Amino acid sequence: MLIGKAPEFKSSEITPREKFLNRRNLIFGGLAAAGLAYEWRKKMPPLYTPSVLAATKLPTVPGKAPAVSDTVTPQGKATSYNNFYEFGTDKADPKANAGKLHTRPWSVKIDGLVNNPQTIDIDALMRYRPLEDRTYRFRCVEAWSMIIPWVGYSLSELIKFVDPKPSAKYIEFYTLADRKQMDLPGGFDWPYTEGLRMDEAMHPLTLLTFGSYGQTLENQQGAPVRVIVPWKYGFKSAKSIVRMRFSDAQPQTTWNQMAAEEYGFYANVNPAHSHPRWSQAHERRIDSSVFPRTIPTLPFNGYGSEVAALYTGMDLNRSY
Amino acid sequence: MTTRTIRYIKSAVFLLALAPFLVLGYRFQTGNLGTDPVQWITHFTGNWTVYLLLASLAITPVRRLSPALGWLVRLRRMLGLFAFFYATLHLLTYVFLFSGFDLTGALTSLRAHDLAALRQQWLAVWPTMVDDIKKRRFIQVGLASYVILLALAVTSSQWVMRAMGGKPWQRLHRLVYLAAVLGIVHYWWLVKKGVLSPLRDTLVLAVLLLARPAYRLLTRKRTVRARPARTAA
Repeated sequence: MLIGKAPEFKSSEITPREKFLNRRNLIFGGLAAAGLAYEWRKKMPPLYTPSVLAATKLPTVPGKAPAVSDTVTPQGKATSYNNFYEFGTDKADPKANAGKLHTRPWSVKIDGLVNNPQTIDIDALMRYRPLEDRTYRFRCVEAWSMIIPWVGYSLSELIKFVDPKPSAKYIEFYTLADRKQMDLPGGFDWPYTEGLRMDEAMHPLTLLTFGSYGQTLENQQGAPVRVIVPWKYGFKSAKSIVRMRFSDAQPQTTWNQMAAEEYGFYANVNPAHSHPRWSQAHERRIDSSVFPRTIPTLPFNGYGSEVAALYTGMDLNRSY
Repeated sequence: MTTRTIRYIKSAVFLLALAPFLVLGYRFQTGNLGTDPVQWITHFTGNWTVYLLLASLAITPVRRLSPALGWLVRLRRMLGLFAFFYATLHLLTYVFLFSGFDLTGALTSLRAHDLAALRQQWLAVWPTMVDDIKKRRFIQVGLASYVILLALAVTSSQWVMRAMGGKPWQRLHRLVYLAAVLGIVHYWWLVKKGVLSPLRDTLVLAVLLLARPAYRLLTRKRTVRARPARTAA
């Protein structure tokens, strides 16, 4: 595998655990740390940072992303208002319940129509390319939005490395589904899966995301690795990914299977195409103000000049 | 139960039913309405409409448990009116916050006495609402439920009851069952598929509705059994 060394973080850069963990997390964190220490003694595994359960500052470089003039959503809001149904259907649930998730050791299996199938360790994946700061608009299908500074590199870098076969037309993402670490409420067909067309996945804006606000992702945001597809509704951006599969047919995706008329496969942000239960013409911008402003939603979430060309000749009202 | 005691109980229940509104006001003042306040207020007012509607529907079955609980019926109208009050807040939340209405802009125009701008802001969202009413079934049942609650609220006074006559008034007010059912359907139709949050309220409503035929069945059996006893005497 291409990955060699441990991440070079100074211990002084490690955020004190108490700062980030609440009491419950401290218990889980303590248990996990003990488990980790034991693992360590047993196998001397490739180095993971000892602070894997707390947020860790990430070394980043400025990103290549279109500038966003709006003010960034406060981190506290972005990490306490999440849709991550594996941890409960209320938006406060993920923060309360995701402490159970163990993000180390973690690996991502890459299979399907690729020349270079393999299982990549998360720390190796994280260090494959420089981590960029990229501030994107994030538009939820529920008509609220945030501005979030993500940390990661273009998914295309990884795709080029694993070298899909010419027959690969789609990529499918699988989220972890582990009853020991997640609630996995009934009524859903776990694991959560999402997918992109190959040209969408190869688009430089599509971000393989490891962090936000300059540090590792919080568990409730989909740690340790997720994708961010900024011109699509948030549910397309799969969290806590354990597998990526390349295929020649359009994959079945979770919300599309649940309610196809509400959640299309493409799910490009489109103010002209209403969700069956509400208009998508506006969004509530969650920023530092107490009461969010209602602002018009932009086609492709404002990334039209970058991505509209991917869809030339398509009727976006039918392929919503 | 003396009239005086009932008056105390009524005041206490009034304050209890008003408490959620005070909580809402306090949290609004302190800016403590969560990350997405519009959604928070929508859910909060919707939930309390259902809770108070269920409370008013619980009066009859609970009262039947014991003759000593007969006085409970004197709380029913107040609970029903509070359900209507929270339903009204819920509707106002939809109109002024949820629909995309630019409330901050509207308040600025209002302060500047710029009525033309205010009218413009209203016209900008009005079509969304018309669209909702035409197309979205969860909006339709929610609105239908509200219209029923409105009709019951305006005919709730003793004076109207006397003017209408007991029987027609009762027939009209039986629509509260329909309002409650529509309210719960509204809830099921608005949540995402797979989300089971309306289940608890649905079960409570089912129990309260089934308690009525169950009671009738039970009392009929009792009278049937009572009859031979009388002939024996």
